[in-house]
Amino acid sequence: MRVYLDNNATTIVDPHVFEEMEPFFVQKYGNPNSLHAFAGETHPHIKTAMEKIYAGIQANRKDSVVITSCATESNNWVLKSIYFEYILTGKKNHIIVSEVEHPSVIATAKFIESQGCKVTYLPINSEGLIEAQSVRDAITDKTALVSVMWANNETGAIFPVQEIGEICKEHGVLFHTDAVQAIGKLPVSVQEFNVDYLTFSAHKFHGPKGVGALYIKQGRELIPLLHGGSQMGGLRSGTLNVPGIVGMGKAMEQAIDALDFEMSEIKELRDEFEDALLEIPDTFVVTPRNRRTPNTILISFRGIEGESMLWDLNRAGIAASTGSACASEDLEANSVMEAIGADEDLAHTAIRFSLSRYTTKEELDYTLEVVKKAVKRLREISSSYAYAPEGHESGLTAH
Amino acid sequence: MGIDSLVGGTIWDEYSQKVTDLMNNPRNMGEITEEEAEAMGAKLIVADFGAESCGDAVRLYWAVDPKTDIIKESKFKSFGCGTAIASSDTMAELCKGKTVQEAVKITNIDVEKAMRDTPDTPSVPPQKMHCSVMAYDVIKKAAAQYMNVDMESFEEEIIVCECARVSLSTLREVIRLNDLTTVEQITDYTKAGAFCKSCIKPGGHEEKDIYLVDLLEEYEKEKIAAGATLGNDGEGVEFAKMTIVQKLKAVEKVIDDNIRQMLIMDGGDMEVLDIKENGEHFDIYIRYLGACSGCASADTGTLFAIENILKEKLDPNIRVLPI
Repeated sequence: MRVYLDNNATTIVDPHVFEEMEPFFVQKYGNPNSLHAFAGETHPHIKTAMEKIYAGIQANRKDSVVITSCATESNNWVLKSIYFEYILTGKKNHIIVSEVEHPSVIATAKFIESQGCKVTYLPINSEGLIEAQSVRDAITDKTALVSVMWANNETGAIFPVQEIGEICKEHGVLFHTDAVQAIGKLPVSVQEFNVDYLTFSAHKFHGPKGVGALYIKQGRELIPLLHGGSQMGGLRSGTLNVPGIVGMGKAMEQAIDALDFEMSEIKELRDEFEDALLEIPDTFVVTPRNRRTPNTILISFRGIEGESMLWDLNRAGIAASTGSACASEDLEANSVMEAIGADEDLAHTAIRFSLSRYTTKEELDYTLEVVKKAVKRLREISSSYAYAPEGHESGLTAH
Repeated sequence: MGIDSLVGGTIWDEYSQKVTDLMNNPRNMGEITEEEAEAMGAKLIVADFGAESCGDAVRLYWAVDPKTDIIKESKFKSFGCGTAIASSDTMAELCKGKTVQEAVKITNIDVEKAMRDTPDTPSVPPQKMHCSVMAYDVIKKAAAQYMNVDMESFEEEIIVCECARVSLSTLREVIRLNDLTTVEQITDYTKAGAFCKSCIKPGGHEEKDIYLVDLLEEYEKEKIAAGATLGNDGEGVEFAKMTIVQKLKAVEKVIDDNIRQMLIMDGGDMEVLDIKENGEHFDIYIRYLGACSGCASADTGTLFAIENILKEKLDPNIRVLPI
C-alpha cells in the first residue's frame, strides 16, 4: 500500500484540474497577449480562470491577483519591493516577520537585513502560536511591513491574522500574509479584514506546480520584481503560463467546493488518527487541535529520531515528513520545535502527517499499524529507552 | 555549481546497500547487563556520547576480559538517523575481539569504509559523515572509562575536521606549502570541510575551537607581516603593531608602489592625511587631488581599489575614508 500523508509539501493534481489544463499544451498554445486567432483561443480561458481565482479569495475587481511562478516568488516580491521602496529610500527602516515563516520569507528577510533593514523575528509561544500583542509591541514609527503567515506549514498552527491585520491598519503599517497553507483548508477572504498582500500557490490545493499568486490590495501596488514585456499589467512580466493559470483557476474552484468537506470529514479523520497516535506512550502534540488547520498533525515520538521514523514509514510505502536534523541537508533541528523550546530532547523527534481530501480511513488505519510497529522497533534500538547499570550517569555530552 | 548541485538529491539515494541493510536489521543492537558480563567473566563498560537534543546519541556496551583487555562482546543503543544507527552497529562490530587499546584506534573513517559496497564509493553522503563521528567518540569514552583515564588522553593531536580527521598541524603545513587562500582549496587538498562543514566557519552544526577560516587568516597575517619587512621602517612588524609613523610610511609606500601611478595617469593624485584606530579598524583619511577630486568614481570604484590594495598589502581591517 502506498499512502501519501505529505500534503503540506505538495498535493496530487485533481484529475478535473488536469483535464482542464490538457488542451493548453498541444491544441491551444497561443500566447494570450498576441494579436491573432491563436491568442483568441487562450485569452478567454485566462480570463475565466482569473475570475475563479478572484472569487476564491473574494478579491475585489480593483485589487490585483498577480500570477507568479510560485509562493517563493510572491514572498520574495513583497519583501524586496518593500525594501526598494521604503528601506533603501530611508522612508522606513524596519520590518516584522514571525520566526517560523517559510524559508522564502525568512531567507529574504535575512537578505534585506544584510542590506541594512532592521528585522524583528516574532517568537511563537509554547503552543506554537503567535500572539497578536507581540506585533503591537514590535511596531515602531519606522516599521514598513509586517509579514505573518496565515497557517504554519509544520504544525498547522493558525495565526491571528485578523487581529494582526487590524493592528497594522491602526499603525499605518503594510500587512502581508503567506496563506499557502490556508487555501482549501480554511475560509480565506481578503474582504473580511485588513490585508494588503496575500501569497498562495496552486500545488498546495491540488493544482499544478509552478503557479503561485500574490494578492495586492488596490492602491498597494508593488515595484515589479520581474521587469519585461508588461504582462500582468506590468506588475509581473513574463509570458503567461496558460495551462498553469487555467489549472490554478480550476483548482481554486474545486478547493472552495471541497472546503466544507475538508473542515468536517477530513478534520474528523485527522482527529481520530491523532487520538489513536496519542495512545502510543510518550507521544506529544504541541498545538491545540482547534487552533490548527484541519489536515495537519505534528507529533513527537520520544526517543525516535525523525529520519529513522521516516525511514520505517517509507519502507512500508508511507510518505510523511520531518524538518528535523538528519533528514535535511543542513542537519538542523525542526525550526518550529526549536522555537517552541519546550523540551529540547523532542526537537529531533517530530513527524508531520498532513492529510488531503483524497486521504481515506483505510490509509490511516494502515499507517497507524505501521507507526506502532516502527515505534516498537526504533525504541528498542534507541538509547533513550536503554538499560543502564545502577550508578551510571547518563553522561550525555552535548556536541 | 553544475548540474548535480542544481538537481540536488535525496540523501537516502546515497546510502550504500550495507547502510540500508544495517539500518533495517542492526546486528549488534542491544544491551549487556551486569549479570551477562559477569557470566562471561568480563567487566561491563557502559559509555554514552551525544545528546538527543543534538539529534543523535549513542550508548556503547562492552564486556571486557580484565585479564587480556579483550572486548568479548560489544553492543549499542542509538537515538539517531539511519547513518547513526548503521555506523553505531558497524562500530560495535569492529570492536569485537579487539583489545581496548586496539579499539581506541578505530576511527569514524574506518567505520564509514566498512560500510561501503565497493572500495571507492562512499557509504554515506558527505553531510552524513558527521553522524559516524559519534561512533568514534563513544569508543574513546568507553576506553577511558575502562582504563580510568581522561578521554582526551587518546588524542595525539588536535583534530580540526572530525569527519575527515584532519589535524591542525596537517592543515597548517598544507596551507603554507601550497600557498592556499580559500576554503575550497583546503578541501581539495585535505578533504577537511567536505562533509558536515562545521569546521569551515562559526555557525555550523557544531561549535569548534578552531575553524578553517581562522587558519587562512593566520596564514594571511603571516604573509602580510613578511611582506611588511621588505624595505620599510617597520622591519618585520605587523601593520597593527607598527607605530603611527611606521604606519604612515607603510601606507605611503604601498600608495607609491601600487596606486599613485594609476591616479597620475588620469591627471589626479591623492594624499594621506591621517590614520586613526577605530575599534578593530584602521581608518585612513585621504584627500583626492587634481582630476580625482570630484571624479564620479572617487567614492566608488577608485576608492574600493585603493582600499583593497591597502587591505591586501597591509591589514584586512583597513578602511579608506576620503575627505
